[in-house]
Amino acid sequence: MSIIMAFIIGGLICLVGQLIMDLTPYKVTPAHILVGFVTGGALLSAIGLYEPLVKIGGAGATIPISGFGHLLTQGTLEAVEAKGFLGAFTGGVTAGAAGIAAAVVFGFTMAVLFNPRG
Amino acid sequence: MADSKQPGPPKKPLTLTEQVLQQKQTYDQQAYQRLADSVKPRHNVLVNAFNAFWVGGSIAALAQIITLIFIANGVNIRDAATAATIIMIFLGALLTGLGIYDEIGKVAGAGSIIPITGFANSIVAPAMEYKREGFVFGVAARMFNIAGPVLVYGFIVAVLVGLIAYFLQ
Amino acid sequence: MSAPKRAGQHTIQFANPPVVVATASVVGPKEGEGPLGQTFDMVIDDSYFGEETWEKAERKMLEEAVKLVIAKAQLKSQDIDFLLAGDLLNQTISASYAARALNIPFLGLYGACSTMYEGMALAAMLIDGGFAHHVVAACSSHYNTAERQYRFPTEQGVQRPPTAQWTVTGAGAVLMAPVGNGPRLTHATIGRVLDVGIKDPTDMGSAMAPAAVDTIARHFQDTGRTPFDYDLIITGDLGRVGHEIATKLLGEQKYDVARNYSDCGILIYDHERQDTHAGGSGCACSAVVFAGHLMGKLNEGHYKRILGVGTGALLSTTATQQGESIPGIGHGVVIEKLG
Repeated sequence: MSIIMAFIIGGLICLVGQLIMDLTPYKVTPAHILVGFVTGGALLSAIGLYEPLVKIGGAGATIPISGFGHLLTQGTLEAVEAKGFLGAFTGGVTAGAAGIAAAVVFGFTMAVLFNPRG
Repeated sequence: MADSKQPGPPKKPLTLTEQVLQQKQTYDQQAYQRLADSVKPRHNVLVNAFNAFWVGGSIAALAQIITLIFIANGVNIRDAATAATIIMIFLGALLTGLGIYDEIGKVAGAGSIIPITGFANSIVAPAMEYKREGFVFGVAARMFNIAGPVLVYGFIVAVLVGLIAYFLQ
Repeated sequence: MSAPKRAGQHTIQFANPPVVVATASVVGPKEGEGPLGQTFDMVIDDSYFGEETWEKAERKMLEEAVKLVIAKAQLKSQDIDFLLAGDLLNQTISASYAARALNIPFLGLYGACSTMYEGMALAAMLIDGGFAHHVVAACSSHYNTAERQYRFPTEQGVQRPPTAQWTVTGAGAVLMAPVGNGPRLTHATIGRVLDVGIKDPTDMGSAMAPAAVDTIARHFQDTGRTPFDYDLIITGDLGRVGHEIATKLLGEQKYDVARNYSDCGILIYDHERQDTHAGGSGCACSAVVFAGHLMGKLNEGHYKRILGVGTGALLSTTATQQGESIPGIGHGVVIEKLG
């Protein structure tokens, strides 16, 4: 059941992104989409609107890049609670550390191992 | 032979600015844009939307399955989600290296850009592409072409939210 | 005081039209599989052409095309007075590095995808002006080098919009001389840079069409000819979108070109089968279609007189990111099989 919900929520988030790319008159590149969704996710999370999505969709809400924004915001808020002012600076990066480190390490490894095929 | 084709009356030659304006007037930019739009083939919005939905959904479902496997093996929910994220990043990076992810992207569009696998793709693709320009200015510097802006704006929003929360406490 | 070799306001009319003695074309695998595959001299079977990088592959294709055209004309590189060449890469490195290996006096050109026609027009002027016996005009482009310079890394998972065009991998070379067998270059109409405010770099057909139309219309005004004086009017790489716009714009100016107007970008690929969206583009697009297909038809006598218009989008990624619109240009030349 949670797998189906993940499918639906994950699919819907991507659907919104696709509609933004296809239906707006602007030239929306993947970079714009990724930046827009990470910012959007972080902001929605701050006003408490992203957490319900995660409750319903599980990975469907955390795997899209907006989930990464949510992770950064929640990490920051928790750290502010625990450590105060300093937490505002340490919380987000700490929460996102696993994803960022994995992306850098795997990214580098694959870039060394493979060549573009065109 | 043919020298009688001076534009305008010869006693008052057009200034450069006037000539440029005249040339611009040949094409009313908005009218031209309308003409171009009427000719352009359109995205098939429905097909694109459908593909983005099912591919994005499938990637999320796969991540959910991985999360459930970790939970079934006694990992707590939070760590299971983190582990699933790392595995998805690995898969996205691997498929990019194998030259498969760009083929998925042609069909899926946002469906394969928005999931974290797309973030991995946006790191590996330039890193691999610019390997010929060296390991510092090529691989390492280019790696963050797209990932860099994502981290920058993600961090800025998170820190701002944190500061607002701190002062509201 | 009117210059003696001019017709009308913008057209050059050669006194002794230079002869296109030989042409050569080298293309990539995708172009080899396309509808014109049989017309090319050499089809390479992988996009690296045995080199380490795509940039080196592009350079090698250009070198091979120039060597081949000299060999086809039964000449040696010492016999060539000038090499006029260009490409799409920053600082036109393909042309300069190819020239480094060829040891021929070199003039580098940049006209984006119109470079081949710019080169042919200049080569004809050098010859008819009495400054040269043999001139080679050449250019190259490569799908992968162009993608990484103008758009995204090749392995990035992105969707190409339907207006996008596919950069032709290949190189073309044309050797011209004052006398010899072969069709002659009788007129050249040099293009003006025209910008109609298109900002979408994935829609270059729309950006370039007005420049091509401008050149074609001025050519007719200058020479007093009409579309019916030509067996074929062919633009360089407007693609299907630009071709349709150009047909409409010419129609508005009362030039009926429905019968004999085509575009190299449409001819070079089978867009249904090869997933090339609006068609081919790149310096090599008009170059290899001229060097292969058109030259073949001219020599067979299938076409007696054609008007070719090389089209170029003079953009850069910097200008596009700064919000500039895309200027276009079109250079026209008339090639005629006399006698």
